[in-house]
Amino acid sequence: MLHLNKLTKQYATGDMALKSVELEIPKGQVVALIGPSGAGKSTLIRCINRLVEPTSGSVILNGKELTKLGSGALRQARRRMGMIFQEYALVERLTVMENVLSGRLGYVGFWRSFLRKYPQSDVDEAFRLLERVGLDHMADKRADELSGGQRQRVGIARALIQDPELLLVDEPTASLDPKTSRQIMRLICELCAERNLAAIINIHDVALAQMFVQRVIGLRFGEVVYDGPPDQLKPDILTEIYGEEDWEATIEAIDEDDEAEQGAVA
Amino acid sequence: MNASMTASRKWRKPPMIKNPLMRWGLISGCLIYLVLAFGSFDVNWARVYEGLDRGWQFILAFSKPDFLSRKSDIIDGMAESAIMTITSTACGILISIPIGLGAARNIAPLPVYLVCRGVIAISRALHEIIVAILLVAIFGFGPFAGFVTLSFATIGFLAKLLAEDIEDTDRSQAEAIKATGASWWQWVTYGIQPQVMPRLIGLSMYRLDINFRESAILGLVGAGGIGATLNTAFDRYEFDTAAAIIIMIIVIVMFLEYLSGVIRARLQ
Amino acid sequence: MAVSINKNGQKIWAVRDRNAQLTRWFVYFVTVAVIMYCWQTISEATTWFFVLDAPRIAGDIGGRAMPPKWSYINELWKPLWDTINIATIGTVLSLIIAVPVAFMAARNTTPHQKLCRAPALLIIVSSRSINSLIWALLLVAIIGPGIFAGTIAIALRSIGFCAKLLYEAIEEIDEKQVEAITATGASRWQVMAYAIVPQIMPSFAGISVFRWDINIRESTVLGLVGAGGIGLQMQSSLNVLAWPQVSLILLVIFAAVILSEMVSAKVRAAII
Repeated sequence: MLHLNKLTKQYATGDMALKSVELEIPKGQVVALIGPSGAGKSTLIRCINRLVEPTSGSVILNGKELTKLGSGALRQARRRMGMIFQEYALVERLTVMENVLSGRLGYVGFWRSFLRKYPQSDVDEAFRLLERVGLDHMADKRADELSGGQRQRVGIARALIQDPELLLVDEPTASLDPKTSRQIMRLICELCAERNLAAIINIHDVALAQMFVQRVIGLRFGEVVYDGPPDQLKPDILTEIYGEEDWEATIEAIDEDDEAEQGAVA
Repeated sequence: MNASMTASRKWRKPPMIKNPLMRWGLISGCLIYLVLAFGSFDVNWARVYEGLDRGWQFILAFSKPDFLSRKSDIIDGMAESAIMTITSTACGILISIPIGLGAARNIAPLPVYLVCRGVIAISRALHEIIVAILLVAIFGFGPFAGFVTLSFATIGFLAKLLAEDIEDTDRSQAEAIKATGASWWQWVTYGIQPQVMPRLIGLSMYRLDINFRESAILGLVGAGGIGATLNTAFDRYEFDTAAAIIIMIIVIVMFLEYLSGVIRARLQ
Repeated sequence: MAVSINKNGQKIWAVRDRNAQLTRWFVYFVTVAVIMYCWQTISEATTWFFVLDAPRIAGDIGGRAMPPKWSYINELWKPLWDTINIATIGTVLSLIIAVPVAFMAARNTTPHQKLCRAPALLIIVSSRSINSLIWALLLVAIIGPGIFAGTIAIALRSIGFCAKLLYEAIEEIDEKQVEAITATGASRWQVMAYAIVPQIMPSFAGISVFRWDINIRESTVLGLVGAGGIGLQMQSSLNVLAWPQVSLILLVIFAAVILSEMVSAKVRAAII
């Protein structure tokens, strides 16, 4: 469904953030993208929806080449790619509901969105999603009154109301405590399964990634150095991705899955 | 708990003011005010229409500003403005520092605080031009009245901001100096001064800029500076000379702003 | 900081090394010299006899101004109302123009660096450099005396002030929120309405009230050049040396300014 072909990004400073990345992601697959800071993870997902313009190569979503689109067509393409951010990136001074509905901006005209006159079907869907992430009683709260975990749920609802085929997730748990991190990861993966969505999740917590995804891609200095199932991530591979360190403890941590937390997210 | 319950749930952006009576009261109050205010505007449109032509000539004058025919007046006026600006800023800073110290609640005793705050309040409430009128009446025409006016205005501005800055300083640094057994003066110079100095310099530069702009109007009431020349130019409808003066003011203000930007960048 | 070793091999500490210290003294010296020179020029232009005589004259004027002529207040209500209108409507007009100028001047929202940003910055600096009294002088010459000239003068002066503060606020917004809204496929205007406007709303409100407060102060003197408001009464009272009226006008202005400052402080505190 998503195909990256020789995707390259060189910043104006001369840094090569991505070096000819080749990637194929089928429908409904959740992929974790791991790698040290500066490996190009953020750049990679931002090149897909062109928040960062790739230097060369192509991004093909459902057979459509995205890198050559004009601004109108690009906006149409962006509607089908939901994005979830590290620090939630909610518009802090708008209410939860407005934040969720802002996911429909690509579908409604300017005046409708300006006057907050969304079609009733969008409002229904927004309430459904808020209920699904457990926040329907918060609809009229302002986003800056929410806790970190709650904000990230609003961020997820905003991405899903776009009715996307692909989720681009940038460090969803980096600003959250360990428990909330797991809940959020579980929620994202459950929702992807329910809707048969593909997702690329940037994450630097290897154990958390291994716990939830079917496929892991390791990025180092802008190049793919590992692509395979999570259980094949052996210490020597992690060393190749991150550098020398004792990896046994990190990998073992995966085994003690906490069943107790299952269902905490409803 | 599912779609059927939420299917027809309406949503509307919650209004900014919750109480509807208050909300509509405010809106209609504003509308009534605007109607009344515009109602009391009796604009003589015929006169305005006549003036448009003169306005256009004034704009045209900017394309051919006349620096030369009143050259000596302009040079004298500008020099006087510059001199008033420099002396009054220097004098204003010197007086602002003790008053600013006195107006900071965390280092001054209450009676001193009240007196200093009073001086600041008076200086801020009176427009420079009003002070200048009174001072011209007292001291006679000339740049001295302008100098005193600008110094007085500088005190209100600088002392207030300095006092607020001192009140915002980091307590622990000041406490650490006090703990060494320093005297009040040592405490101020080591615990407070280093924290507020960069901003004081920045603010002084900014005030220099404001004083220059203000000095351009003091001439209107006879308190010296370029304002008198400008006023004469307008009175005689010599728009090209007026344009020349205005262009010079803009250029000097731009230069001062640039300079203060450079100095502030070097301090940080 | 500099540490040097003297001939006995001891370490000597000083805050700055010798060159830095010399430069510093040189700068001090030049500054003081310039200020002294300027002072001398002013001193030459001053008749010191008048200055020495000033306390007596001040006492004389003060004596004549007291007590204020309270009955005159009935003639001040209308000019006071005009003054407030000049300030308020002038502020509103200036905001209408300042908002688009600010969006053109902010680095992150300007449609074009050279074609839009440079002219916007020029508008801001021109408007800011010229005192509202000069604007009033100009407008009185062009469109004739009256409230209208005063209002436009206030508006022209305020554009630069408001646009400058506003564009600085726009440049300081959180870009991540803009990125998030852009990623939903929103158009340029939608990004503006959803990601930028909510973020700058508090500064916008604060700036407007702040400028309104300043404008009340400015509009009290516009009458001196014929541009309406309470300044007109002051000018005519001064012309006939009616000091008891002048003192009453000063009191009224003082009260109006203090009141507007209180209102503005209250409103700003409520917003933040």
